[in-house]
Order: sequence, then C-alpha cells, then structure tokens
Amino acid sequence: MVEAIRATLAAEMERDERILLLGQDIGHNGGMFRATEGLQGRFGEDRVVDMPLAEGVIVGSAVGLACSGLRPIPEIQFLGFASQAFHQLEGQVARMRFRSQGRYPMPIVIRAPFGGNVRTPEMHSDAHEAKYANSPGLKVVMPATASDAKGLLTEAIRGEDPVLFCEPLRGYRLIRDEVPDEEHRVPFGRLRIVREGSDITLVAWSAAVVAAEQAAELAAEEGISCQVVDLRTLVPLDAEGLGEAVARTGRALVVHEAPLTAGFGAEVVATIVEQAFWSLTAPVLRVGAPDAPYPISSLEQLYVPSVDRALEGIRRVMAAA
Amino acid sequence: MAIATTAGELEPTRILAPDGTVPDGYDPPLSTKELLDAYRLMLFSRRVDERAFSLQRQGRLGTFSPVSGQEASVVGSALALDPARDWVVPQYRELPAMLRQGYRLELFFLYLMGNPAGNRMPDGVNLLPIQISLATQLPHAVGLAWGLRHQGRDGVVCVYFGDGGSSEGDFHEACNLAGVRRAPVVFFLQNNRWAISTPVSKQTATASFAARAAGYGFPGELVDGNDLFAVYEATVRAVERARAGKGPTLIEARTYRMGPHNTADDPTRYVPPEELEAYRAFDPVARLRTYLHAAGVLDDAIEQQLRGEIEEEIRAALAAAEPQAGGRGEQLFDNVYADPPARLTQQRRALVDDDA
Repeated sequence: MVEAIRATLAAEMERDERILLLGQDIGHNGGMFRATEGLQGRFGEDRVVDMPLAEGVIVGSAVGLACSGLRPIPEIQFLGFASQAFHQLEGQVARMRFRSQGRYPMPIVIRAPFGGNVRTPEMHSDAHEAKYANSPGLKVVMPATASDAKGLLTEAIRGEDPVLFCEPLRGYRLIRDEVPDEEHRVPFGRLRIVREGSDITLVAWSAAVVAAEQAAELAAEEGISCQVVDLRTLVPLDAEGLGEAVARTGRALVVHEAPLTAGFGAEVVATIVEQAFWSLTAPVLRVGAPDAPYPISSLEQLYVPSVDRALEGIRRVMAAA
Repeated sequence: MAIATTAGELEPTRILAPDGTVPDGYDPPLSTKELLDAYRLMLFSRRVDERAFSLQRQGRLGTFSPVSGQEASVVGSALALDPARDWVVPQYRELPAMLRQGYRLELFFLYLMGNPAGNRMPDGVNLLPIQISLATQLPHAVGLAWGLRHQGRDGVVCVYFGDGGSSEGDFHEACNLAGVRRAPVVFFLQNNRWAISTPVSKQTATASFAARAAGYGFPGELVDGNDLFAVYEATVRAVERARAGKGPTLIEARTYRMGPHNTADDPTRYVPPEELEAYRAFDPVARLRTYLHAAGVLDDAIEQQLRGEIEEEIRAALAAAEPQAGGRGEQLFDNVYADPPARLTQQRRALVDDDA
C-alpha cells in the first residue's frame, strides 16, 4: 500500500505544481514509513518540506498556504499526534471555507497513519477517526486496499474539500493488491462490497476490513455466510449503500479499532437502524476496542479487535436471531 | 507617567510624545495628505466604535470589540502595507486595518447584524476573515507568507494578535516556523494590557513580548503603540526586511484598551478607574490631533468637515447593511463543502429548501 501512496503523490505532484508536501522527516529521510521516499530528490526541498516538530503549525501553515492558492498535503506522522493540531483541523481547516463564505477553499489533504498491532509506543496507534468525522467541513477517508489508497488519494487531492486521509500503518506493507497503472479515481461515499454473503453483513473500514475478511473465512467453515463491506469513506458516508447491504442479510456487525463508546460504529449502527430497520432480524452489534486508552504493546493483542473477537461477534449476532 | 512596562525594565520607542510634540527637527515620513488620511481613519474608527456601541445597546448590532485606544497601533501598522500586494491577517479588533486593505464598513455591519456574508472578504482584497479563536491565525499568516514567496510574489503578511493571544502555543509554533522559513511576515502584537479581565502581569513574567523574538532568530521591536509615527516607522522597517527576504519581525505595540473587551464585557468590574483615567492622557487620537494642529495640517474647519464625512459614511453603511440583516437558512449549508455529502444535502432539503 505504501508504494501506491508514494506513486500517487508523485504522479499528482507531477501533474499539479501547486502541490506541496510538508511534514516531519518526510524529506531526506522519506518519511517514517517511506511514503515520501525519493520525492524530495525529485521535486526539491521547496515542494517536499521538512517541518519543525509541531503538528499545530504543520496543519495551521497549510491553511495559509491554501489561502495563497497552493494545495498543501501535510503529513502527521501518527494520527494520535494530530490531537496537537486538533484546533487547527477542526476549528480552522474544516471551517475556513464556511467562515469566509467560499472565499478561501481548503484543498488540503492531511495524511496520517494509525492503527494497532505494530508495537509502537503510546499515542502512535490510536484510531481517532470519530473525532474528525464529527468535525463538519472535513472529509474522512480510510482506505483498506492499495488500489483504493491510490483511487481515494487521487480523488482527495483533486477535490476542493479538506480531507483527513488515514492510512493503516500495519497495512503499509502487509496490504498488497493490484493497483491500476492508469489514472484511477474512487469516488467518495460509495462503499465497497469486499465479499458476498447472505447471513450477516460485516461493516468495517481501513485495517479492520482485513480482520473482518479473515473472520468471514472462519465463519464460512461454521456454515455462516458473511457479506463484508468496506465503508472506504466515513464522511461522506454511503448511508444508502449501507442500508442496502444490511437489508440483503438482515443482520449486521460493525468491527472497528477505536474504543467502543462514541466510536464511529455507533454512527454506523444508527444509520443501519434508519435505513434498514424493517429488514433486521437480529440486534446490530459492534466489536471495538475496550473503553480504555490504547495500551503498551504487550497488551495490544488483547485491545485491538482480533479475528477471533470478530468471529465471536458474528456468532453472537447469529445466535440472537 | 510613562506607560508602564511589565517588569518596568524596557521603554518603548517613542517619537510622538503624549503631549503631541515630536523631537526637534523630526519630519514625519508621511505627506500632509497621508497624515490627514491617517488621522481620518483613526477618527473614523473611534466614531464607528461609539456608534456601534449604541447600536448594539439598541439591539441593532451584535457583540463587537471596539478598537478605542488602539487606533494608532492599528492604523500606523496598516499604513506601512501596500494593499495591492501585502496581506492583513486580522484577529477581531483591527477594523481600520481591514478597511484600508479594501474591506467595507457595510460588510462589517452586516457581519455584526448576523449575516455571515459580512465575513467574506471582497475578491481581490488581500485579507483573511475575522478570527475568533485567538492565535490560530498566526500559523495561517506564516503559511500565507511562505506561500506567496513560494510563488514568487513579493507580498508581506501582517498578522495581528494580542498580549493574551501570545500565551497560546500557536504563537510559539508560528514564530518558530517563520524564523526557520524566513517567511515574509510581521507579527504585530498589540499589548493592550488586558485579555478580557486578565492583566498583562498575569499573562507573562517577561518584561517585553518583543524580547521573545530573539528566541526565534529574528528581531523584535518595542514601540509606543499610541504613537502613530513610532508604529508606522517600525512597521515600515519590518515590511522592508520581509520584502528583502530577511524574514520576520515581531513588533510589540504597547497600547491600552480604553473600552471593554467587547460589548458583553463590563470592565468596571476589574479595571481600576484611576488606571483608565491615567491612560486617557495617552489617547492616540487626541495626541495626533494636537500634533497636526501644531503642524498646521489640521484646523477646526477641516476637523468639522472630516467628522461630517465620517458620519455620512457610517450612516450610508448602516443603511446599506440593514436590509440584509440576519442570516438566511441556506447560509447554514452553503460553503460547508465544495462537494457536500449526501446527508448534508438531505438535511438542507429538510431544514431549508422545503420551506421555500
């Protein structure tokens, strides 16, 4: 997946010289995960900019760069640290178009990796997507495949709205799939049916899609046919597609990495109830992290929803019918 | 009485004394016309404050923050900019600087009347919208200055903030980045001694905000913010430096907020009356008026004429704004996104379009 992201950044920078990358360690070092490797050499220090260690001004200066007519792509090294720029993201990036009544659009794509089971120190893994999904003006994009990473990132960069583009850091190297060579755009707000199935619909996004797929495999051995759905974008949310997908099976389970309470799963369940209530034959359940802070690495296997916990969730939904 | 410094150590640069005199042989770097324009803008600002205050009490305008006491600081700095290429990044107490860039009083009134269209800066005017979340505009200004330079434009950005705002982390992050990138930005800190009710002594232990610039690798200047000439000259120096590619400057304009924080604030609860009274002797508008009279630039007849024009402009702006007072439902939804999510479009239909 990381190659797809790097290639997309390069292609877009080639196409549009208004694009600037800014972030910590993204230049000479090529980024913590090599997402920007070689780009500074190719596009120069003026377009691939190593920034001081300060998330607030990485995002805040992107607002000013956009006001000057440029299209910045700031990288936050880990989504958990974006909290130190939350006031700029939620209060400024997301609202500047609204505040200025359209005078200052914010074509900014904030890239941020996140996600568990990579034994990082504290704050590196947290799945904070719900905080940003509740920030009107921002779009929240969470690809689960390399192909979608290219298609959604291209769409994000070409669009006029600010996008928080969350990349599953465990998937940077583990997620491998065919990426189209030609221009590839995936529209926002259209979920992807990952796997067809008739008994229950599993809803996930980003790396949790992989866990859901694996749980579906195991469930199949028990005779349970799982449909797996990848939301791709939380904002905009494909409410209609979600309703249709759940209506086809009558059952649903949401799997996400964030703590359960007020996680985006709650929004998904509410949407399912609105869209597909009369098709439901069982309560809709969620599998998420416990309502505890992200732990030290020795405990993260227990914390991050595993394939086994997803499978257990599937069984619970099936048993309730 | 000198304007007290935080720790009583540093004295601000001053040219125009509180009694309206200048040092022997001093010739202001402004033409007679520019001097009158500056005075007019300061007087205009003062009159807008007074009118807006009474209109707010009548319920015709919403909450606003008067400039009173800080006119020399705002106008002196704005005059050092070239509106055709330089930018102003305001907070919310810099109306005259915004007007000089090309904003219109009618729009300001519109904004205070609850119509968000008033915060749309006219196309081609080099100005960001009014910022309510203090200090968040500082990183924007640095990015804007950097972006202009990146595109080979020679504009300079002047960003306004206060003694209170300087306590925010964004101040530090913005100054640090500006220094690193040598961004063509002027950090214009108006130290008006009060952040709502918090005195500057509780905001910082430093003797001078300007001294902080050294920590970021660029110069800081401390000026008497009630002295139009000192403010103007310091800002000209900062703009020239920035334009020449030499990077940012931090200017601390030491002034005094003579009115409330805003129309919802009651400063009699916390400002010692003797302090306010003492600062009346430092009123920047009266100070410049005394000078201009002595210099033969201004007389009572011109003053009367200016005041008449100002009243008429304020009246006309109000008359133009009042028919458009208040927001329209669509404005809740317009401009949230360029390409709105389907759900927002549905919400719009339910809340607004169905009523149409």
